[in-house]
Formats: sequence, structure tokens, C-alpha cells
Amino acid sequence: MSTNKLDQLYRSVIMEHYKHPKNKGVLENGNVTIDMNNPTCGDVIRLTMNVEDDIVKDVKFEGEGCSISMASASMMTQMIKGKTTEEAVKLAHTFSDMMLGKELDESIDLDDLEALSGVAQFPARIKCATLSWKAMEEGVSGESQ
Amino acid sequence: MLSKDIRNHFPILDQEVNGHPLVYLDSAATSQKPVQVIEALDRYYRFDNSNVHRGVHTLGNRATDGYEGAREKVRKFINAKSTQEVIFMRGTTTAINTVAQSYGRANVSEGDEIVITHMEHHSNIIPWQQLAKETGAVLKYIDLEEDGTLSLDKVRETITDKTKIVSIMYVSNVLGTMNPIEEITKIAHQHGAVMCVDAAQAAPHVKIDVQKLDCDFLAFSGHKMCGPTGIGVLYGKKDLLNNMEPIEFGGEMIDFVGLYESTWKELPWKFEGGTPIIAGAIGLGAAIDFLEEIGLDAIEQHEHELAGYAMDKMSEIDGLTIYGPRDPDQRAGLVTFNLDDVHPHDVATVLDMNGIAVRAGHHCAQPLMKWLDVSSTARASFYLYNTTDDVDRLVEGLRTTKEYFNDVY
Repeated sequence: MSTNKLDQLYRSVIMEHYKHPKNKGVLENGNVTIDMNNPTCGDVIRLTMNVEDDIVKDVKFEGEGCSISMASASMMTQMIKGKTTEEAVKLAHTFSDMMLGKELDESIDLDDLEALSGVAQFPARIKCATLSWKAMEEGVSGESQ
Repeated sequence: MLSKDIRNHFPILDQEVNGHPLVYLDSAATSQKPVQVIEALDRYYRFDNSNVHRGVHTLGNRATDGYEGAREKVRKFINAKSTQEVIFMRGTTTAINTVAQSYGRANVSEGDEIVITHMEHHSNIIPWQQLAKETGAVLKYIDLEEDGTLSLDKVRETITDKTKIVSIMYVSNVLGTMNPIEEITKIAHQHGAVMCVDAAQAAPHVKIDVQKLDCDFLAFSGHKMCGPTGIGVLYGKKDLLNNMEPIEFGGEMIDFVGLYESTWKELPWKFEGGTPIIAGAIGLGAAIDFLEEIGLDAIEQHEHELAGYAMDKMSEIDGLTIYGPRDPDQRAGLVTFNLDDVHPHDVATVLDMNGIAVRAGHHCAQPLMKWLDVSSTARASFYLYNTTDDVDRLVEGLRTTKEYFNDVY
């Protein structure tokens, strides 16, 4: 079978995040809650954040979905914690570009996120990867209004 | 079992996907099309294309003959009394919405009841939700048995003298359950309610006899039964349809048009506003010819055996859960399942890399997913062109999936 292509999708770092997600749960002291779902497949996510002075002080997620959506959510929370809302939104846009297979700004440190670049080759799975990012973007932009 | 040669009628099946011969196990979403249907569409557009019911010219007559000829084929296919009871529509969804908006609005009022079940497809839930909201009626659900079947006792408990409409799927697109429509119709009629049947998953696979069922409305789609997309059928009893108002107004459906008042054509055309789905109907007619030549009984038997074979083989896989009735006699040709804690999306992606097409998701049945207490499932659905080889490939693919995720975990 086409294991090589599959291995590009299911990189070990993704499976690690899926099995042992970071920041899983609900923030008790959060001031932003976003629920989002992917109506075509049933994936759901609840993102709770504590955003103060335009900084994402803390973030947790809960949800149900495939390995790609849950791993992406785990990585997202890891990356935006401590960032300004502006930086978080910029990351979301970079991630979206990555999913579209666009050239990326090399100055941005993608860290684990780079492992999700293989998703761009699986069009049916892009929405899985972007769900939590969309929730985050809605959360921080709503907060900063 | 049917001959493997049937596959040769379906050119799309003869291809490789991701380096493997295609195994198409998603016919409950949409079926593939035999060359007979593809050629009927091609022939219509090449030689006969014209508008219907108005041209004096030859092409207009040919198009009208083709379109109305298809209606007669549908009439025979479901054993309706008259072609006046066969209305062409976009699909099952439009047909059920038409019943809800035309019959429903005129006959349902505050305090009345509409009865459906927990296994319905969204297309047989939301039209009734909307009708209930508009009219103040109560939407009631018949509870399912543990194995995903309906018990007639619960049907009797739920339907009351306040019930005006009962609308139930003939065959479940998730559980595969075949529902006792004839018996439920009797119960509905005892309480003075009309019976509407969502036959989207039945029409492709089982012989439908609307007179024997005695249902009042029945809806199905062409694309799940070897026909084109964009064509479906609403069957309704003539006396009911005659008393119903159209919900789409415009060309084709009128008799006399005045400045402030108009009258409608007779059945079935009063429900077919606008230029109809001519090519789609002709394609559906060709699909019916194709299915009837093989025989619906033979098709049902083939799928029944295939599903039984699949359930046996799949049950041998450790950690695989199958949903719906265990008894193959109570179910149609599809198997909905989950594999360990591997998410159905991930299962579907690994299978796809092996050339095997299955569905993953909530199958347009979110309330049923809730009832099953899962967020989504995978589904393999079979049709007349599938073989035991396809099932073997699926089982092999599922074992690969299991190994793959065991390795990466």
C-alpha cells in the first residue's frame, strides 16, 4: 500500500499529540469560550482561553475528532500560549497558508506544526486540521474587539 | 449471488485509485452509473434535447415522450395506480419538504403530532422540525430497540389520535434496518394519520409496492439507484395530491393565468413548476430498465448475502464494532462500524490509500449518532456491482489500518 504517502500524513509527532494531547480540558478561569464543529464529519471542539491585555495567558481545548483535528488542536494551544492575540492570528494565517500548500515565511518558527504540512496533500482532511485554528481565531478576534 | 460480469456495465469501476484497483463501497451515498444510463443521457442531449409539453416540433415530441415515458416506468417500478401519482422532483429531500410544506401546512395545527423515529436521516427530520415550529405541532420520536430496530409496540405507544403525519425511513442508511412500513402504515391509518415513507435507501435495493404498503406518500432519489443526480420522485395518493396546493409556482404548472388569479394544471404537472428535469427523468427511466432486467429480488438477495459475508468476516477483526441489527435478515446491504479507537476519518483515509472508498462521518443522522453514543462511524455499503472480493479487500484494508495505527501509536 501507499505507506509513504500515509506516513507523510500521520507523522509520529502528530500521533504523539493525538495520544498525549497538550492542554486538554476546560479552563476554569477562562474569559473566552468558543464551540465549533465540522458539520460534514461531526468533529467538535470547545476552546477556552484566558485572554488579558491582548495576551493569550492560558488556553485549553476539549473535543472529539480524528487524529489530525485533535493533534492540530493540541499543537495550536501549545503554540499560542503566551503569545499576543496579533501573533496568534498571524500564526493562524500562516497555518492556513500551509494547508493551502503556499510558500511560507521562513522567519516564523513552526516547531511541531511543520509535521502537519503533509495534510495539504489530503484535501478531504484539511478541514480537520483547521478546525481548532478557526475557533482560536474567532476567540481572539472577538475578544480584542 | 449475481454474476461478476455486472461490473462490466460500470466503466468507473475499472480504474486504479492510489495505485490499487478501486473498490467502491459508498453506494448508500450515491451509486455508480451503468453505461446504459450514461448513454441514455448522451443520446438525449445529442439527438432529442428540447423542452417538453409545448413544442409542436418533432424534437419537442421526442423529449416529451421520453420524459412521460420515464414517468410510466417509475409508476410500474413502484406499482402506483396512475402516472398522476408520480411527481418528478430534485430528490428525496425536495419530495419530503413538499409533503411537509403543502400537505403539512394545510392539515397540521397547534397541538397536533408529527411522528418520526430516532434513526431518520436529516432529510426526514428537519422538514418536520420546521413544520412543527411553524404550526405549534409536537414532533415525537419513536424510540429504537437496543439493536437498532423498531418495535411495533413502541410505534403503537407513540402514534395517537392527535397524530396527523407519520414519516419513517424504509431502510436505515446507518443501521441497515429494514422497517415494517406496511404494519406502521396500518397503525397510522387507524389513528387517521397519513404515512410518508423515506424510501431513499429502499428504492435501489428492494421491490417497492406502494399499493401493498398502502402508504400515502413515498419519496426516493434517482442517484442512489444507478440514475443521475438531481432527479427524484414523490409518490402520493391521488386524492391527497388533488387536494394539495403546489409549493412552486411559475411556468409548466399553470392552466389559465390571469392578472390576479391563476389555475393549476392537473396532476402530476401542478407540482412540477419550471422546466422539468427532463434528462434526469430519462436517465432514471434507463436506470429502472437496467435494474428490472437484473431483477430487484435478485439484487436484494445479492446484497443480503454480501452483507452477511461482510458481517462474518468483519466480526473476526479484533476491536471492530458493528452497529445495527445482527440478524442479516433484518438488514439491508450495508455495514456501519468503528475500529478500536481509530477515528473513522483515519480509517477512511488509510482505506482510501488502499483504493477502497468508504464513508466516514455522521451520515446525515446526528440524532442517531447521539443515540448510538458515538460522534461518527465508518460505513461500507454494497450494491449489485460489489463482490465478495471487494469485501475481502475491505477486511484486508481494515487489518492494515489496525496494524498501521498500532505501529504509529
